[in-house]
This record gives sequence, C-alpha cells and structure tokens, in this order.
Amino acid sequence: MTATLERPPASAPAPPEAPRTRGPVPRWAWLLGILAAWIVASWIGHGKATLYLPGQGSTDVHEWFTQLKRDLIASRDDNLLMQAVGAVSDLFGGAVEQLQRFVSVDAYPRPVPQIGWLGVLGIAGWVALAVAGWKHAVGTVAALATVGLLGYWNDGMDTLVVTFVSVAICLLIGLPVAVLMGNSRRAYALITPVLDVMQTFPSFVYLAPATLFFGLGAPVAVAVTVVYAVPPVIRVATEGIRGVSETTVEATTSLGQTPWQRLTKVQLPMARRTIIVGVNLTTMAALSMSVIAGFVNSPGLGKPVLRALTAGTNQVGVAFTAGLAIVVIAIMLDRVTTAASERSEVLARSGGTDRRTRWIVLGVAAIAAGVCVVLSRRSLSLADFPDTGVGDTVADAMQRATDWTTDTFSGLTTWLQETTTTLFINPLQDLIASSPWFVTGTALLLVALVLGGRVAALTTLVCLAGIRLTDLWYDAMVTFTSVLVATVFVMVLAALVGVPMARRRMVDRVLRPVLDAAQVMPAFVYLIPVLALFGPGRFTAIVAAVIYAAPVAIKLVADGVKQVSATTVEAATAAGSTPWQLITKVQLPMARSHLVLAANQGLLYVLSMVVIGGLVGGGGLGYDVVLGFSRSEYFGKGLVAGATIVLLGIMVDRVTRRAAARRTTSPSVRSALVIGRSSGLARRGPLV
Amino acid sequence: MTEAAQDQALRVDGLWKIFGARADKIIGTPDAELGRAELKERTGCVAAVKDVSFTVAPGEVFVVMGLSGSGKSTLVRCLTRLIEPTAGTVVLDGQDITSASEARLRDLRRHKVSMVFQHFGLLPHRQVVDNVAYGLEVRGVKKTERRARAQELVDLVGLTGYEHSYPDQLSGGMQQRVGLARALANDPAILLFDEPFSALDPLIRRDMQDEVVRLQAELQKTAVFITHDLNEALKLGDRILIMRDGEVVQVGTPAEIVAQPADAYVRDFVSDVPRSHVLTLEYVMRPPEPTDSLEGPVMDPDVVVRQAARAALSSAHPVQVVRDGELVGIVDDDAILRVVVAEESVPA
Amino acid sequence: MKPTRVSALTGSLATLALVLSACGGGDIEKETEANESQAAETGDCGELNMAVNPWVGFEADAYVVGHVAQEELGCSVTYKDLKEEVSWQGFGSGEVDVVIEDWGHPDLEKQYFEDQGGDGSAMDAGPTGNVGIIGWYVPPWMAEEYPDITDWNNLNKYADLFETPESDGKGQFLGADPSYVQFDEAIVNNLDLDFKVVFSGSEAASIAAFEKAEKDKTPLIGYFYEPQWFMSEVPLVKVSLPEYTDGCQDDAKAVACDYPETELKKIVSTSFMESDSPAVGLIESFQWTNDDQNLVAKYISEDGMSAEDAAAKWVDENPDQVEAWLNAG
Ligand SMILES: Nc1ncnc2c1ncn2[C@@H]1O[C@H](COP(=O)(O)OP(=O)(O)O)[C@@H](O)[C@H]1O
Ligand SMILES: [Mg+2]
Repeated sequence: MTATLERPPASAPAPPEAPRTRGPVPRWAWLLGILAAWIVASWIGHGKATLYLPGQGSTDVHEWFTQLKRDLIASRDDNLLMQAVGAVSDLFGGAVEQLQRFVSVDAYPRPVPQIGWLGVLGIAGWVALAVAGWKHAVGTVAALATVGLLGYWNDGMDTLVVTFVSVAICLLIGLPVAVLMGNSRRAYALITPVLDVMQTFPSFVYLAPATLFFGLGAPVAVAVTVVYAVPPVIRVATEGIRGVSETTVEATTSLGQTPWQRLTKVQLPMARRTIIVGVNLTTMAALSMSVIAGFVNSPGLGKPVLRALTAGTNQVGVAFTAGLAIVVIAIMLDRVTTAASERSEVLARSGGTDRRTRWIVLGVAAIAAGVCVVLSRRSLSLADFPDTGVGDTVADAMQRATDWTTDTFSGLTTWLQETTTTLFINPLQDLIASSPWFVTGTALLLVALVLGGRVAALTTLVCLAGIRLTDLWYDAMVTFTSVLVATVFVMVLAALVGVPMARRRMVDRVLRPVLDAAQVMPAFVYLIPVLALFGPGRFTAIVAAVIYAAPVAIKLVADGVKQVSATTVEAATAAGSTPWQLITKVQLPMARSHLVLAANQGLLYVLSMVVIGGLVGGGGLGYDVVLGFSRSEYFGKGLVAGATIVLLGIMVDRVTRRAAARRTTSPSVRSALVIGRSSGLARRGPLV
Repeated sequence: MTEAAQDQALRVDGLWKIFGARADKIIGTPDAELGRAELKERTGCVAAVKDVSFTVAPGEVFVVMGLSGSGKSTLVRCLTRLIEPTAGTVVLDGQDITSASEARLRDLRRHKVSMVFQHFGLLPHRQVVDNVAYGLEVRGVKKTERRARAQELVDLVGLTGYEHSYPDQLSGGMQQRVGLARALANDPAILLFDEPFSALDPLIRRDMQDEVVRLQAELQKTAVFITHDLNEALKLGDRILIMRDGEVVQVGTPAEIVAQPADAYVRDFVSDVPRSHVLTLEYVMRPPEPTDSLEGPVMDPDVVVRQAARAALSSAHPVQVVRDGELVGIVDDDAILRVVVAEESVPA
Repeated sequence: MKPTRVSALTGSLATLALVLSACGGGDIEKETEANESQAAETGDCGELNMAVNPWVGFEADAYVVGHVAQEELGCSVTYKDLKEEVSWQGFGSGEVDVVIEDWGHPDLEKQYFEDQGGDGSAMDAGPTGNVGIIGWYVPPWMAEEYPDITDWNNLNKYADLFETPESDGKGQFLGADPSYVQFDEAIVNNLDLDFKVVFSGSEAASIAAFEKAEKDKTPLIGYFYEPQWFMSEVPLVKVSLPEYTDGCQDDAKAVACDYPETELKKIVSTSFMESDSPAVGLIESFQWTNDDQNLVAKYISEDGMSAEDAAAKWVDENPDQVEAWLNAG
C-alpha cells in the first residue's frame, strides 16, 4: 500500500438522487400484482397439495438416509475411514487432555492441575501483554478472575482449552486452504460453496453421527467446532491473500523468487493483519460452539448452560451465570485478538530503542509470570480458585429477576403472543405454507425475479426444487414464514435502536457493550425465561431468534446512519428539516446499503436460530432437526431438514444480495456488498 | 549468426500473446489476421501482442511506445515470462527464454534481468534497504552482505538517510527510486521498465527521467523502456518501437520516427513534438551540389537540429554534413529555420 | 537490539530456574504424596463411565449409583452428559458403560441388542424399580374445575377450551420432547378427537408450558410422564385413554390406546458386563422406588443442590438400601 498516493476525497457529498429510469411498470406494482394473484390462488387452493407431513411422519427419502447411517454404524469396525478418523480423534482428545491436566483437571496424583489459577493468570497476562499491550493484559487478567469469581474457573479453563485446540487445528487446516484458494481461482470457486454449507448446516444434524467417528467428549467437540469455525479464517485469509497487491507479487516474482518465497516473504506478511482478523472470527465461532458441544459431553461451560434446559426454571440463574462467564471470555478473546491485529504492524515497525524496552518489559513480566506459576504449584489456595460465593449471589439475583419478570408480565406476554400469532404469523403462514406448493413456489420465483433478476430467480428455482425433493416442503414453508416475521421484527428493532445510537454518542456508548454481550450470550440461557413468558410456540421461537439477530442488525444500521456524511446532514438541517425529516428523508435513505446488509445478515442470523426454535415449539424444520438428533430412526429426516435449512439460507441470501446490488448505483456500496458476500455467512457469536 | 548474437542483448521473434480460452489454437488460422475487436467478437479472446519481433543491442535503451491498451505491458512481461507468451521466441543474453525450465527462468530473473514497475510493487512491511535487498535475499545472499550491497544502491539512487523508512513513509518519486535500486541490486544485464514514471507528478517525473539518463551514462545497461509519453520516449530512447493494438507499427530512431512516421497513427503521435529537439541534420539536409560553399561549419549527420542551429545561423555559409570523412549533405539556414520556427512538415 | 533480547531472556530464565530450584514443600506436595501412597493401598475397581441423559430423574439415579460405586467400591466414576441416542452409540467404543434409566427405545435395541439382530454392544441389566407412567395430562386446576375431563370421551366437549393460535382452530394438544416415543398424532386421529398436536420441542418447553398453565389458570393438555420431579411441584392429572392392551401400539399409524406402564430399565455395555468390575454387581442389583427418585430429584431441581451432594445426602439417609445393593452382588 502506498499511503502517499493521493486518495480520492473520502466521501464527497452525494448528489440528490437522480430520478432513475424505470421500465413502464414500477417494481412495487409488479410485487403487488404477484401478491394479489398469490392470495387469490391460495384462497382457491387453500389446504390442498400443501405436502404436509405429520411431525412424527417420514418418507422414503428420509428412510434411505437413516438406513445409510445404520449401515455406516454396522461397518464401523472394519471401515478404514473410521479407523483413520479414530486416530485423528485420539490426537484431538490427547491434546485437550494434556492441556486440561495443566490448567483445569487434577493432574493425579497431584490434587490440583499442574498450574493453579494464579499461574494461569500470570501466563495469560503475559501473553496478552506480548501481543496486545498493557491495557489488554490487565483486561485479560480481570476477565479470567471474573470467570473464577463467578465460580466457573475449571469449566472456563476447559472451554478455553477446547477453544484453543480447535482454533489451532482451524489454523493448521485453514491457512493452507486459504493459500490454495488465494492462489487458484478454481480452488476458490470449488471451495467457497463448501464453506457456505459448513457454516449454515445445523450442527445438530451431524452432532450425533460425529460421535460415531470421533467418540464422546473433547474429540468430537473439537471436530464439530472445527467444522463450524474453520470457514471464517479461510474466507478472510483468502481475501487477505487475494488482496495482496498484484504488482508487488509480480515485482517480487520478477526478481526470481520461488513460489514458497512468494508465499512466506510476500503474501503471508502482507496479509498478516487480515489473517489475524480471520483468527478473531474463528475464535469467536469456536467459542460459540462450546455450548452446543456440551450436548456431546464436551468439557467446559456448555454443560452448566445446558442444565437450564434439563433442570427447569429454577436453574435459569445458574445457567445465566455460566453464560456470563462465556460472555466475559468471548469479549476478552475478541478484544485481545483485535488489538493484536492492530498492533502487529506497529510492533513490526518499532525501532531499536522501542524494541529494547519492549524486550526488557516482557522479560521482567515473564519473571513475574514465572513466579506466579511457581507459587500456584505450591499453595493449594493459589491453585484452587477460592469459592467466594459471588457466583451464587449473581445466580440468585438473576433467578429473582427472571422470576419477577415472568410473574409480572405473564398476562401481557400471553396477549402479545396471541395477537402477534393471529395477526401476523397465521395469515402469512396460510399464504405461504397452506397454499398448494406449486402456487407458493411460483410466487416465490416471481418475487425473486422482480427483486433480484434472472440470476436470483434461477438460484431460487434450484433451491425450491431441492426443497421439494426433500419431502419437507410444508415444514420448510412454516419455517420460512417464521423467518420472515422474525426478520421484520429485527429490522424494526434495528431502525428503532440503531438510529438513536447513530445520532447520540451517549446512547451508542451505553448500548454497544450490551449488544456485544447479547450477541455472545448463548441462546439456551434466555430460552427458558422466554418460554416462561410466552409458552411454547412459533412466537417464542421468533422472539429467541430476534434476541439473537437484532444486535448485529442494530450495529449495522447504526454504523450506516453514522456514515452519512456530516455535510449532507448539515445541508439538510440548514434547509430546515425537522429531526424526523432528517432521519426519514436523509439518513435512512442514504444508509440504504447498510439497511440492506442488515436485513441480509438479520435473515441469516434468524435462520441460524431455526433449530433452537425447534426446541421451544417453533415446529417446522427446527423440530425435524431436533427430532433427527433425538431419535435414531428419524436421522434421515433430520439430515434432509438440515439440508433444507441450507437451501433456504442460500435462497434468501442470494436474492437479497442481488436485490441490493441492483438497486445501488454507488460503487462504494457495491463493494460493500461484495465484501459482505465474502464474509456474509461469517457469523459471530452463538449459533445453533 | 554468432556475431549477430553478440550484438544482441535481446532478440524477440514472432511473439504472440492471446488472452482467453484455447488461445493457442488461434495462431496460424485466418482468425489470427483479424483485428482485435473482431477476434474478441468471434472467439472471446484478446490478442494483446501480435507477431512482434525486434532486437536490442547491448547498452541500448529501447523504448516501446503506444497508447494505453496497445499491449506494451503484456509485451514486456512476456520477455521474462511473467506472462506466458502464446507463441514466438525470446532470446535474452544468448539464452532462449521461451523454452527455459522454471528453475532456469528463476536463475535468469535473479541474475540477468530486472524490472521496474509503474506502481512500484514494494513490500510495505519491509524497510527500504530490505526492499532493495529482496532480489539478493531470494537468491540466498547472506544478510550482512546483501544489506551492504543494498546500502550502496540506496546511496546510488539518492535515498541516503531513508534506508530504514517504510515505503508508505516515502513520496511516490522516492518509492520509485527504491524500485529502481531494487532492480539494480541484482546487477542485471538488462533492465525492463514498465511505465515507471507514469504515476508520478510531472516535475518529479522529469527528475526521475534525468536520474535514468544519469544512471544509464554511469552503468551502461541494456534497457527496454515502456512508456506512453512520446517526450519521454524521445528523451531516453536510442530506438523506439511504436505499437498499436498489439502490433508493431514502426521501429526506428527518434529522428526517423519524427521525420518519417510510418502512418497516420504515428504522425498523429509525433505531431506535437518540438521537432528541432529531435530531428537530426540527416533529415533536413539536401544533397550537396557542386556550387555549394565549403566554408561553413562541418557537422555529423546525427547532430540534433537545435544544437546545430546557433552555429549554422551565425555562419554565413551552409553547414556541411560529413559522415566518415565524406560530405553527404548540406544544411542551409532555410532548412534550419523551417524546423525551428515553422515546425512544419519536412518534405520527405 | 539482539544482545539485549538475548540477555533479557537469559536473565528471566535464570531467575525462573532459581525460583524453581528453591521451591519444594508446600501443601500441595503433601497431598500429592498422600495420594500416591493411597493409590497403592486401595483396591482398584477401575473406571466406570456413567452416561447422564438430560433429565433430573436420570441424574438422580446416575449420581446415587455413581456415589456408591466411588465411595464403597473405589471406582473412578466419570459422568458423561449425553442424549440417549449418543449414549447408546458409546457402548460399542467403551466410552459408556451404563445408561441407568431407559424408557424404552425399540429402534436402538434393534441396533445394539444381539438378540434383536443388533451388533451386540449393549444389553439389558434389569429394571430400576421405577415405573414410568406415560400419558396425557392436564394441570390440576383443570381437573378440579372440569372433573370429567380426565376421561378421553369428554375431550371433544372441551376441545375449544384448548384452542390456541398455534392449533388451526382445533384444540391444542402439546406434543412432547422429540426424544420420547410418542403416538399422539395417531391417537388424536384414530379417536376422532378435535385436536391438533403441536410439539413443544423439548422437555423444558413442556414443563414451562404446564407451569404457566397452572399459574395463570389457562387450559392445557399434553404428553407427560412420571417419575418426574416437576410432578411434585405441579401434580399433573392423568387423562385416561382407551386401556392399553398387548400389541395395540405395534402399528404406529393405528394406535388408539393409552401408553403402557413402563418398567424403566438399566442398559449396559456388553463388554462392561463381561468384565470383573465389582461395579457390575452394584448395577445389576440397583433398584429403588419412584418416591426415592423423586426425592433426590427434588434435592437437585428445587433445593438447588448439586447432583453429587444430593446423591450423597440420600445415600447417607438410606444406608440399609445401599447395603442391600452391595450385598446382593
Ligand atoms: N490478464 C488479461 N486477460 C485478458 N486480457 C488482458 C489481460 N491483460 C491485458 N489484457 C488486454 O490486453 C490488451 C493489452 O493490455 P496491456 O498490455 O496492459 O496494454 P498497455 O500496457 O499497453 O496499456 C488490453 O486490451 C487488455 O485489456
Ligand atoms: Mg500498461
């Protein structure tokens, strides 16, 4: 990068929108027409050819996949693949176990792990100091101490161990793949869809079969975590490598470098910062899998969080406390890796004297950390995190707060649930799911055509055909309905909260940490209170999805509105706009690209909560996946339900992106969408 | 043949580069004769370089010029196979590049040819010295040794004091000096320049051109220099090759090109040139006649008109143009004035 | 730069070595030695891998048995939080030895029981003494207010009471956690009931729904079962369906009868059963009542005790029963 080169002026005040030349019939008229025809057709054919399948029903397609799994199990002893995988899983398990004996599990015959809490704090502080600086070292120590105070020191350490082992494996696999994709167009085109599927395919579907390959506990936890968490680092590192200036690669090649030299001396160093961003995303994804992995006995905080599901409403406080520990760890890892990526450049450049001081400081800190380790190996109270009762206090307080909330608002929430379901969800579901399948299919196809053009329509056609083949059309449409309703709520929330955040710095400062926390708080924690408020049903599933998806959308909208150039706002204010006019006529329209991106991300986040929705009465595909996970004879149904979720995801993703790209004229927005494409599925935070 | 090869630092024969699928199937078919637009229409391929041949003598600065898109960059990249040519041969320093193995090619790039790029292509994470030393590093020169050599070059291109800066702390002109130093660090026999100064401000550009002239005088390298700027071409080039749509339009000395443009394209190109700066006496003289006075100043046919003007005009007698002791032509005041004052076309 | 770096590092390493060499003694050291000598003494029962399926009743069984195995037999017990299906998969690989409470999984038995054509990695180790009563339940307030609702014949009369926005204008029947074998869709169909089965999706959701229904006095009918700790908090009332007869649930589509009373049983891995672990006898002889289980479950879910503490408390309070299990083996 050549910073001295003149850049074009950052954001020139955009000219007022020129009236766009449209075809004779405007888009909205087309949409209205389609909707009207759809309603009529739906009314005529109501309840016919809906392809409804009972909750406990299944078809030949499903049976076929179930049988496939049975055969796999039957052959597991003499299956070579299985044996190879077994070796790998021993490796995973061994790595985790070794590390556990260091920090979280008694290293028998020692009554405590090799390194006690004080030593861990010392080491963690030192690492943070080395990669991210003083402030983050203090923050890291504080965060880990908080985990201990909450009463989850050992579980927290376990979570960190599993996360670290998973991230290490992700890097081991991900970086070479990224290098391949960065250097070969063909590999890029081939692997990208695989990554899409890896990220959208609900892990519930393969969780149980994965235990057949990897066994229980840490190995399978690491395996499923890697599947979910490796795509972000691959995507981002690939972008980093592809983003390395063409000229620089050419110039250095012209000096006679080997491909290996090109990689190690040019591409990787130049992409370093981006790669660390990828590591950050992967770390967060890995962490969020730790809860799901609790279902297969993964060590860590997943278990206490999941207890909320088994032990009922009385354990919400406990689950919340464990969730809080996850949030603290997540924010710590996020901040440290982000700071590390920003600092890597600075560090690489720091001159002689700076470097010397740095080494001295690190040396001294290493001694301090070493002393901490030694002390923690000798004294029981410095090894076992003392029980302070803080965790119980927090849990009690949280328990009382939820109890009070559910007691107080019960009537109101029931009314809200019933009204929304009757007014929004049911009519929409009647239209989408209770129409003959070909009516809905045609309507969706036409909508995609109008919104996104021919390519989008083609994608939609392929996806719908796939959904039709899975024999889960009705359930898919039920899910699709809920996803749409939830996304509307998400967008309303995003506008209601995002705009004030953008306009008032104070609001932003207060809300942003809350949103960050909400984004990483495992959904299982708030599932039970939401259930207690609304009872099982589609609305509850929608509420859970909205809680999960709203933070991302809110942040995107806030960033978009904030980005509207100050000059434009000034000009509009000078022209006498009221604040309302300013928001509706200037800021929101000008942030449109961000709104679109927010809607797109909102949709995908909501979709990723479908399975969780299945746990609280959301029905549809979510129920099918949970059924497949819970009962071996329904494995096939769960599997194709998972595939159907992926198809829905691809469909809504491509259509919204196309629609957005067609409506934007500004190149900067187009590029934002392209970037969005590369990381569009790269979700952060908890998932299903 | 061997003697001819001695005279040739670089020889290019029938070089083709066609971008697109199954491009190699096109050469030799009637399609190859098509213009660029039709070819693209029919096959989807772009013929960036079409059947280009030329030779460059040792120590010569050979300029390739043409409008943007005419295939210059592609041509110069084919010379070291940064872009794989579709057909043709390139012989560099007596070695056939086109058939060289990867390892052989790398060796050539490390020792024989270096290139300077329009957008510099520096490594942002390395200090200036380490950028300059990169070529030495990849061929395995020890750190102290390559740093010492890099320092010499940093000094040579006038960047003393900036060796520990990072590229983004330098101005564009300085960055290109780093690019130049990096190219020179390998002590190559041939230097390739791809519009090295196009991205620079005009004033800095002139500085850099002077720098190249200075270095060329000092180091006497063979150079292939790409530009779309005719003035630059005329200033630096011993010979100029003019390209259009991938094809060679004309090859010649600056004076030849200005004096005898091959076609309207070239004429258009050279129409704005201050001819007195370029034309040599060779192109303005007339054959001697017995009646001519033999008292005027004696000059070489390669003398540029502008340099000859003062002496010619101050003398009462016409200039005698003498090559190898033989009188080959006469230049009278009228001829000079026609070039200097009127800048009108010279009768061929 | 370089010399400094090196000297700083060697400096710190040297100091570290110094501190380390000075170390020795400390309370941890003593315990370690104690552990070492103890390990030499006690007879070794080896490892016992107990699956813990996700409901509190199961936890009660597992931790009570585990506690006895650990304290009395010296086994090193590992609890693994797993769903049923995954637990059974663990038998073959030796990762799971015992599933202490099984409610009947015909499909899994077919896969893993030798006598049913499976791979033989699992086998039945007898009843736990608990009797599972699966069926249709209503919250207590409804049974009080509409006494005749507990007979299925009257259900259609009350169908519109149960209508919700989820149930398409019919009465809503709350279907259970998908883990359980259930025939409610067929039963509704075959008994011509004016209901629609809406699946809660999880046990937690079902419990939340019944809890809310009792608290707000809203109508609700759904699949439930005992023993279940929630029954002691809200004693749901069972609705009687046409009586179960042998074979009436054989054809899943034609089911029109009540669920049978289920003897909950212990499933173990064959290799564990064939080992000479003293825990085998314990597992075989372990039996207790629904009340016993409910008591431990209550300690856990209502009193907020950890499963280990709850188990220890019960074992302390019932030495005779524990003694009987140990002696039977
Ligand atoms: N990688 C490529 N693929 C396809 N066409 C190319 C590629 N590189 C260059 N071209 C085309 O070849 C022609 C010559 O390009 P170039 O050599 O860059 O011209 P110049 O350097 O003279 O501006 C242009 O029409 C350009 O579009
Ligand atoms: Mg070019």
